[in-house]
Amino acid sequence: MVNKMHIAVTVNGKDREADVEPRLLLVHFLRENLSLTGTHIGCDTSNCGACTVMLNGMTVKSCTVFAVQANGKKVTTVEGLANGAKLHPIQEGFWEKHGLQCGYCTPGMMMAAVALLQKNQNPTEEEIRRGISGNLCRCTGYVKIVEAIQYAAEKLKETQQQGMEVPAR
Amino acid sequence: MATEQVIHGMGSPIKRKEDPMLIRGRGNYVDDIKLPGMLFLDFVRSPYAHARIKSINAEKAKALPGVVAVITGNDLKGLGLDWIPTLAGDKMMVLPTEKVVYQMQEVVGVVAEDRYIAADAVNLVEVEYEPLPVVTDPFKALEKGSTIIREDKGTNHIFHWEVGDKAATDQLFKEADVTVKQDLYYPRIHVSYMETCGCVADFNSVEGHLTLYMTTQAPHAVRTVAALVTKIPENKIRIVSPDIGGGFGGKVYVYPGYVVATVGSIVSGCPVKWINDRSDDQPSTAFGRDFHMRAELAAKKDGTILAVRIKTISDHGAFHGDANPTKFPVGLFSICTGSYDLKNAFAEVDAAYTNKPQGGITYRCSFRVTEAVYAIERMVDVLAHKIGMDPAELRMKNFIPKEKFPYRSALGWTYDSGNYRDALKKAMDKIGYADLRKEQEEKRKKGELMGIGVSSFTEIVGAGPSHDFDILGLKMFDSAEIRIHPTGKVIARFGTKSQGQGHATTYAQIIAEELGIPTDDITIEEGDTDTAPYGLGTYASRSTPVAGAAAAMASRKIRDKAKKIAAYLLEAREEDLAWERGRFYVKGSPDKGKTIQEIAFAAYTNHPPGVEAGLEAVDYYDPPNMTFPFGSYICVVDIDRATGEPKVRRFLAIDDCGNIINPLIVDGQIQGALAMGYGTAFMEEIKYDEEGNVFGGNFMDYLIPSAVETPKWETDKTITPSPHHPLGTKGVGESATVGSPAAFVNAVVDALAHAGVTHIDMPLNPWKIRKALEEKGLAIES
Repeated sequence: MVNKMHIAVTVNGKDREADVEPRLLLVHFLRENLSLTGTHIGCDTSNCGACTVMLNGMTVKSCTVFAVQANGKKVTTVEGLANGAKLHPIQEGFWEKHGLQCGYCTPGMMMAAVALLQKNQNPTEEEIRRGISGNLCRCTGYVKIVEAIQYAAEKLKETQQQGMEVPAR
Repeated sequence: MATEQVIHGMGSPIKRKEDPMLIRGRGNYVDDIKLPGMLFLDFVRSPYAHARIKSINAEKAKALPGVVAVITGNDLKGLGLDWIPTLAGDKMMVLPTEKVVYQMQEVVGVVAEDRYIAADAVNLVEVEYEPLPVVTDPFKALEKGSTIIREDKGTNHIFHWEVGDKAATDQLFKEADVTVKQDLYYPRIHVSYMETCGCVADFNSVEGHLTLYMTTQAPHAVRTVAALVTKIPENKIRIVSPDIGGGFGGKVYVYPGYVVATVGSIVSGCPVKWINDRSDDQPSTAFGRDFHMRAELAAKKDGTILAVRIKTISDHGAFHGDANPTKFPVGLFSICTGSYDLKNAFAEVDAAYTNKPQGGITYRCSFRVTEAVYAIERMVDVLAHKIGMDPAELRMKNFIPKEKFPYRSALGWTYDSGNYRDALKKAMDKIGYADLRKEQEEKRKKGELMGIGVSSFTEIVGAGPSHDFDILGLKMFDSAEIRIHPTGKVIARFGTKSQGQGHATTYAQIIAEELGIPTDDITIEEGDTDTAPYGLGTYASRSTPVAGAAAAMASRKIRDKAKKIAAYLLEAREEDLAWERGRFYVKGSPDKGKTIQEIAFAAYTNHPPGVEAGLEAVDYYDPPNMTFPFGSYICVVDIDRATGEPKVRRFLAIDDCGNIINPLIVDGQIQGALAMGYGTAFMEEIKYDEEGNVFGGNFMDYLIPSAVETPKWETDKTITPSPHHPLGTKGVGESATVGSPAAFVNAVVDALAHAGVTHIDMPLNPWKIRKALEEKGLAIES
C-alpha cells in the first residue's frame, strides 16, 4: 500500500479534500472520489479527450494528470457548466444543433469548446476544428459540433453585449 | 386538440429528448454505476498470438492486499463456462485452459477491491507460455498443412458459402465484350466506439438472481443466451443496458469480461465491475471487415453490365463470431449486384480461422453490405476507366429503372422501392458535375491531380422477415409496448436499444404522429429486460424498419380501441366516427368529438360495457420484406503530388431513406457515418505481423478522424417511401458507412487513372498514394 497524500481541490466552486494515492489520476478522483461521472474515460493514451476538464482555466486531459497535481487548484468539469437550471451557451448549442449522439465525448468536447471561446470569441470554422482536434467523436462527423460551437460563440457575444455576466470559469 | 407545434410528429426536426441529461454530464454509462461493496475485474492478457499455456502461478497476486479472487480457465471449466457459444453457432473461449489463440486474449481474471489494485495484481500473475507457429494470413491458413488453430475443428476452413447461378454467370463472362477483374482488400478495422466495453455483474446468492449492467446492443438475446449457458433461469437474469457510448455493432458480441465478471460476482458475493481500457479493448474486441475479394464484371462494348462475379477469402480470427442472421453466414453480401439491372451474378466466400480476435459484423456494416457495396461500386469505376466512359454515365446506363420496382435482383432480393437515376442526377446537378469534369481536365493539363468519385449504393436493412431471419433460432422481429395512462401520458417500451441513435425522440415522434399525443408527453424506455418487451436489439439499421413499425402498429391497435371508447362516449356508432390526429369526431359534426386524452381518461374511469378497461397495446412486428435505402455520393479530392496527401475538397451525399421521422437526426446519422467511411477509406487499419503482433491496438496507432481531417459534409435527400413499411420509412444509420468508402477511393483513383492507376487498397494514406505517384512518374519533390 502506498502512502496517501492529502489534497485540497476546488471543484466547480466547491472545496473538496481527500487523502489519495499519489498515482491516482485526476479523472478517477473526479469520477470515483467525488462521484462527478460526467467526465468520461475514452482511452488510455491521451488521444480522445473525453476526460477534458479545466484546471486553473486551462484544459487538461484529466487521465494524464494526477489528482495530487490539482492540489490547491481549481477544477471545472461539465457539471460546473450550467448555472442551476440555466444551461451554459455551449450546452444550449450542443442541444440546439444536434451536436451529440451517444453523448460520451460531449462533456470533454464542450470543455474544449469553452476554452476555445474564452481565447477566441470569433473563431472561424477552421479555428474551431483545430480547437477541438484533441477531442474525438465517433458519432457526429463533427459538422454539427462545429455548428454548436458557432451557436455558443454567437450566444456568448450577445450575452456580453447585453452587459450580462458571462459564465466565468 | 394539440397542434403540430406541440405534437411534433413525423418530419419534425425537434431537439432530442435524451440530450438534457447528457449535456449536463448526467448520463448513466456503465462505468458510472457504483454499487455498495463493488469490486473490480481486470485481465492478464496474452503477449503471444498462439501459444500453449504451460503454467499459471497466481500466488503473488492472491497475496496482494485487496485482491479477492483470481479466475482461470480451469475455474471456468468446472462451471462449464470455459467455452461459450458465439452468435454464429461456433464457440469461443472465455478463458483458455490449454492455449491462447490471439495476442491480447484474456488469460486470467483478477478481482480486487479497486481498479488500481486489480491492475497491480495482473502484473503479479506469472504465466508460462510455449509459443506455437502463428497463422495470420487467411490464404496461408487455408493451405494444406497449415498450423491448425482450432484443434476442436481440425481445420482452419470455417465454411464455404455461395450464391447465384455459377454456370449462367460464367457463360455471360465468356460472351462478354469486356471483362474487368480487380483484387480488393477491405481492411480489418475497429468500430472504436468512444466508450469501451464493460459491465457490472451483481449476483444475489439468496435469490439466485443475476443483474448484469452491460454495454450491449441486444439485451434480450444476451439474456436468453446467458440463461441457456449458465442455467440461471431466464426470469432470474436481468440485463440492463444503460446509456451506451456508441456501439456500431461492436457491442452485439458477448466478450469474456461479461462472463468472468458474472463468475466473479458469484464467487465473491459482491458486485463486480469490468471496464476495458482502450488498449485492451481495441485489440481484443470484435473487428470489422477483413475481406479479401476478387471481383469481376462482364459488360458489352456499349457499357451494359451483364454480370458480377466475386470470390472472397474472409478472415474471421480464431472464433467464428459474426453476429449474422443464422441462415446468412456472409450476412447480406448477396446485395453485391447493387443498384444495377444485371442478368446474373455469382458470389462465393471461404472463411478462415486465423490467430486474431473474432468479429466481422461490426462498424455500421449492415451485415457485410459495406463489403458488397464497396466491391460493386469500385468495379463499376474500374470498368468505366477501362472502356473510357464517364463513371456517372455508366451508372445511369445500368441503373435499375424506377418502373421495375419492386425489383427482383439476380441474387434473389426483392428491392422494395428505388429511384436511382433521380438521386444521382440530383447529386450531379447540385455539385456541378460537368463543371468539375472540365476543371479536372484543365488541372491535368497543368499537372495538378484532382479526382471525382461517385458511389450509387443500395443498402438492405430491417432484418428481418421471420421466415428467413433468425439468430440462433430467435426470430428477428422487434417489439413495442405502449401504455397510455389516465391523464393521457404515455410510457412506451421497446426491444431495441439506442446507442446514440435518438430512439427516445424518434419513437416518441412516431407515437405522436399516430395518436396525436405530444412528444413531451411520451416517455420511451429501452434496454431493461425486466420491463421491455422481447426484441433482438439495435444493429444493422433495423430499429426504425422493425421496432419503428411496431410502434406504429401498436399505436394503431390503441387507436382501434380508442374508437370503441369514443363511440361509447359520443353515443355514436364506430363507423360514424372519423379520426383526425389526436381526436375522434362524428362524421358531419366535427364539433362533436373526443380527444385522445379524454378517451384515455375514460378508459380508466368510464370504459364501455363489454370492453376491457385500460388503453395499451403490444406489437411484435414481423416485417414482410427488407427495406432498401439508397443514395448517390460524389466526392471531390485534390492530391498533393509531393506528399501524396489526399484532400477531400467536397463531399455531397444524397440519401434516400424513405419517409423521414426527424430530419435533424437523419442528417446526424448520415454525417456521422460519413466520417466513419472517411476513416475507413483514409486512416484506419488493424494489421498483424507474421508473429501475430497487433498494430493498431490503441488510439496512438489506430487513427480515427478528428475534426481537422474530417471534411465538411454536404447532405441532401430524395424521398422514395418503402411501400411495405407502415410509415414508409427505411432506416438510415449505416447508409453512409456502406456507401461512402467507394466514393472516396473512386475519387483518389480517378485522380490518378490517366496515369494508369486502376486501384489502391484502403486505407489511402499519403504513403500509399505517394508510392503510386512514384510508380507512375507523377511524384514531385516538395
